Amino acid sequence: MISHIALAQIVAIIIFITMFVLIVMDRFEKHHITLVCGVITLTMVFGVIMNDGDAIIQTLNLHNIFTMHFWYTAGSEGGNNSGINWETIIFIAGMMIMVEGMARVGFFRWLCLKIASLVKYKTVPIFVTFMLMSAILAMFIDSITVILFLAAVTVELARLLKFNPVPMILAEIFCANLGGSATMCGDPPNIIIGTSLGYSFADFITNTGIIAGVCFIVTLVYFYFMFRNELKKNSELPTVKPDPKSAITDIRGFIISTVIFIIAVALLITHSMTHLTVAFIGVFISILTLLTAPKHIVYIIKKVDYKTLLMFIGLFMVIGGLEETGVLEIIAGLISKICGGNIYIAIAIIIWLSAVASAFIDNIPFAATMIPVIKSMSATMNVPIDIFAWTLALGTDIGGSATPIGASANVVGTAVSAKAGHPIGWKRYCTAAAPITCIVITISMLAVFIKARYI
Amino acid sequence: MDKQLIISVGREFGSGGHAIAEELSKRFGIKLYDNNLLLEIAEKNGSDAEIIQKFDEAPKLRILSRTVRGYNNSPEDVISQLQFDYMRELAQNGESFVIVGRCAETVLKGHPALVSIFVLGDYETKLARISEKYSLSQKEAKSLIKTTDKKRKSYHNYHCELHWGDSRLYEVSINSSKLGIDETVDILEAYINKRIGK
Repeated sequence: MISHIALAQIVAIIIFITMFVLIVMDRFEKHHITLVCGVITLTMVFGVIMNDGDAIIQTLNLHNIFTMHFWYTAGSEGGNNSGINWETIIFIAGMMIMVEGMARVGFFRWLCLKIASLVKYKTVPIFVTFMLMSAILAMFIDSITVILFLAAVTVELARLLKFNPVPMILAEIFCANLGGSATMCGDPPNIIIGTSLGYSFADFITNTGIIAGVCFIVTLVYFYFMFRNELKKNSELPTVKPDPKSAITDIRGFIISTVIFIIAVALLITHSMTHLTVAFIGVFISILTLLTAPKHIVYIIKKVDYKTLLMFIGLFMVIGGLEETGVLEIIAGLISKICGGNIYIAIAIIIWLSAVASAFIDNIPFAATMIPVIKSMSATMNVPIDIFAWTLALGTDIGGSATPIGASANVVGTAVSAKAGHPIGWKRYCTAAAPITCIVITISMLAVFIKARYI
Repeated sequence: MDKQLIISVGREFGSGGHAIAEELSKRFGIKLYDNNLLLEIAEKNGSDAEIIQKFDEAPKLRILSRTVRGYNNSPEDVISQLQFDYMRELAQNGESFVIVGRCAETVLKGHPALVSIFVLGDYETKLARISEKYSLSQKEAKSLIKTTDKKRKSYHNYHCELHWGDSRLYEVSINSSKLGIDETVDILEAYINKRIGK
């Protein structure tokens, strides 16, 4: 006779695997999949099998939003770590509103054209500066938006300067993912890790940020030597140069958006000192964006990617099912057993497992699933959680760069390129991105090893 | 041609559909679009035609692509959409042409100048034609027919509601093996002339 808890575990695992398979099949919208699976988890696992109303309340986690701790706390304190991570969702929603406000006034296009004009429309300097810009922007803004604009301008410049945009787009995608790994707000897995484990912007930048910085230099050299001949081929100076100012659609809005962006960056950098949570920053920045563009409120809100936000809600519910039934603890126990208490083997397993998984499946559900696992491993192995947190962040953020489907930026970048008549197949993509992904993951692993040595 | 005429030719591999399309384009004095459609698209975008052609008339591989915020990164899918858009643009600009495959009968459905044709053939005749044309053994030719038709079918059925070869999709479905290529072209020419009121 199977016990209730064992049955609940089996059903939770079946729901989780079904959700993953459906996401990979790409037949239905992701938010539909996760929400349906989430509701099934709540009703079947918690309701019918476990008959545990508290588990449902714990997973929905709505009560957390109405506590002071949710909006104002020290960055070093432990964050919310169970059920729907509303802090992540609210922060991402707020940043989406800010980014849409910036996009509306032409900020990103202006920035790309301005940099191209500053380097006098020379292909190799554009290549280098666009890689740098991609990494820096992705530290604060979602990588999809960064690549959307960067790839579009790259294609435009490629037509003008007669070069092949594919190498540049591939390098930009990689740098966006790498830049995203440097900060707490750069990539969704980092936001989830940061809010779940109570880290601050400073914690990330002084750990994953430094590693990402070193890896960026290696990446720059790698892509330069890989593509230098292709970039120089047929490249010519334009007769008609695009005016960066032409990108700005509303000069007043442009100035306001730039100021809001600077405020957002300042708030994020200092949030461990101000004790404002990222949820607060997200709400504050979005209110600021909307209040300063009252005529465009409907336009901006309509542009928000609510599907991603809904996907997060469903996802956290499904993972809540695994967590509440103790499945993730079992997985953590298994990994700890394989490691035999050796921290280096544990780091290697987490980073490579995260990297390989993220190369083929969505890194957001993977990271969200792994957080309770690393927490449990940390307790079992008596290792500080931050060692595993940085390992997980680097593995999921960078591993996604290896294939065209590994991360959202890859999908958007390759789609923009194909739409412009430059399709990027798996072979072309992986030949360029997979080796540098392995190199960067290896460097990251060694860096975490060094860190682990001095704990 | 005074009046705009667009002839779409769907075809089974080995049925001689391409040769029929070629002959129709000559007889009506209009341009033939096949994989050269992609050459024009490549030229327009300044892209490498050789790379684009790898994804021509190929079905999307779901497991190898993703959609994010409405952006799908399947090269096969995007290249198909580029071709469909280009076809619509040509039709919109009043150009007369013959187009082979590429879901043209569905993409241009409802266009007043469109005459849609599907050419099929008896298996033995198709086998003989393919063996001769590509100097293949019977076994090799069988395999090539099977894989090519399978590819065309899945490409078509992915993009269109009605299935490849379904007679409801086309004005005329004709078996080229019964009368041979030349007489089939004669019949189609007569039909098209009557249809466009010449």
